[in-house]
Amino acid sequence: MRSPAGAMELIGALMVGSLLLIALLAPQLAPHDPARAVADSFGDPAAPSVSFPLGTDELGRDVLSRIIYGARVSATVGLAAMTVMMTIGVAIGLASGFFGGAIDFALMRLTDVMLALPALLLAMAMVAILSPSLFGILLVIGLVSWTSVARVIRAETLSLSQRDFVTAARSLGASPLRLITHHVMPNVIPTIIVMAALGTSTTLLLDAGLSFLGLGVPPPTPSWGRMVEESTIYFRTAPWMAAFPGLAILYAVLGFNLLGYGFLRRHSRRA
Amino acid sequence: MLNYLARRLAFGAAVLIGTSLITFLIAFVVPADPAVTIAGAKADPQTIALIRSQYGLDRPLYVQYWRYAERAAHGDLGRSFVRRQSVTRLIVDRLPATALLAVSAMAASLVIGIAMGVTAAAYNGRPVDDALLILALTLVSMPVFWLGTMLLVTGGLYFKSFPLGGLAGPKSLVLPTLTLALGSAGYYSRILHNNLAEVLGQDYIRTARGKGVSRRETMTRHAMANALLPLITLAGLDFAGLLSGVVLTETVFNWPGIGRLAFEAIFNLDIPLIMGTVMFSAFLIVVANVAVDLLYAWLDPRIRLESA
Repeated sequence: MRSPAGAMELIGALMVGSLLLIALLAPQLAPHDPARAVADSFGDPAAPSVSFPLGTDELGRDVLSRIIYGARVSATVGLAAMTVMMTIGVAIGLASGFFGGAIDFALMRLTDVMLALPALLLAMAMVAILSPSLFGILLVIGLVSWTSVARVIRAETLSLSQRDFVTAARSLGASPLRLITHHVMPNVIPTIIVMAALGTSTTLLLDAGLSFLGLGVPPPTPSWGRMVEESTIYFRTAPWMAAFPGLAILYAVLGFNLLGYGFLRRHSRRA
Repeated sequence: MLNYLARRLAFGAAVLIGTSLITFLIAFVVPADPAVTIAGAKADPQTIALIRSQYGLDRPLYVQYWRYAERAAHGDLGRSFVRRQSVTRLIVDRLPATALLAVSAMAASLVIGIAMGVTAAAYNGRPVDDALLILALTLVSMPVFWLGTMLLVTGGLYFKSFPLGGLAGPKSLVLPTLTLALGSAGYYSRILHNNLAEVLGQDYIRTARGKGVSRRETMTRHAMANALLPLITLAGLDFAGLLSGVVLTETVFNWPGIGRLAFEAIFNLDIPLIMGTVMFSAFLIVVANVAVDLLYAWLDPRIRLESA
């Protein structure tokens, strides 16, 4: 029997794997130096050719090499911001669902408030006020995007902590910390995996959006979002400059989405 | 029902107070000295002191917050540092352009999303369904500013069918609408497909089919009524998001809306305007939340009876 969910997951994994490999091997893979003018096309971006497969930008830099190096920034920010987002979301969700009562009330009202604030606008304001740096950006993206993780993890924890095996462990004298780490947490792992994969597509898109608005990792580090932004004044004469970095973002985000949804579908069918 | 309404309104008010606290904290506690931000780094001490007392920045923080909250409750969001105009006025002036785009994008995303979702559910598990799933995931994964740029390049430059930006006539609405609608349409189609798949397996559908109601009619009259409900929540909140301004799309199309205003405010570090646009957005989301809950309770008697 064919399984579209399995295929989705496999394709997603291959896409994500290739993205990470490109990021890791950027110096070996890139045909040119991404930060230096390698073609004499100053002010006049060159169309794709044999020596520059994706063309060059207005400063004569190789677009392909810049996209390959851009994978490093995207993968770093995307994954690190996802880690921040998951850490906050899982901690709040577990605490809220496990302890209930006043702790649950306080944490869930905080979640409601964060959910009402516009994520991109809040991230923009925070980055602008704190001034953009790699660390600042990934922290801000994580800080504005944990709410849905907290809600989902809370709901699962709530139903898990009322199950018999948790009650049994509790009556044997297990401490709350042990109950959470040894009994609740392992059963939430599949959900964490799904949310981590889908969350990375969220953080990647937020990072790309911030970069496009000029609030991303500062130049000369190549970033896909800023490459699209820089190309907008040339799109009359050099539309490829905007097309390729955007396709790179799409590739990365789609990879994580396929991985997440594929995993989710395969597991929800089995359950 | 009245009890339910009162509780939802109290909840909305509490969330708004929370959002105002967070916005206030970010705007006034994080930067070292807002007066320096207003005056500029090169201003002399007298000017800074004057600005400090003018804006009440020399008062304790809780006094400043209270004054801000009190005015905000009356619809006064302060004055823009850079434009020297009322923030509320600036937002209201930009609202029509943003609202026009919001209504058109919402309508388009619902039409496309529902069409895709129903088609996928009707062909559940067959190649059409798989193709629509891949299409939906691709649409959801597209960076909105890139999709907008590509639509501009093809529709505006290559085919020359649409203007390259700005708000001028119905034609200028097409590309920004598509840019905003395609991503949400992909998302809605998946939600609707999942809901339909669940609803179609229920007994009342089998009963209807058993009584001889056609496939088409069970789908449109029986299944859709229940499957569309959860979509209301999503669409309601998305609409609030659209109404509060869409920074990326408005930037790509040079659209004179609230999103552009917020973007400029952030670039000028115009703190009252930043806080104003964020608070306006939070206000709309809270209103949408309450409205959606009430609509839900009205449409679905189970919720109404449970809370009574």
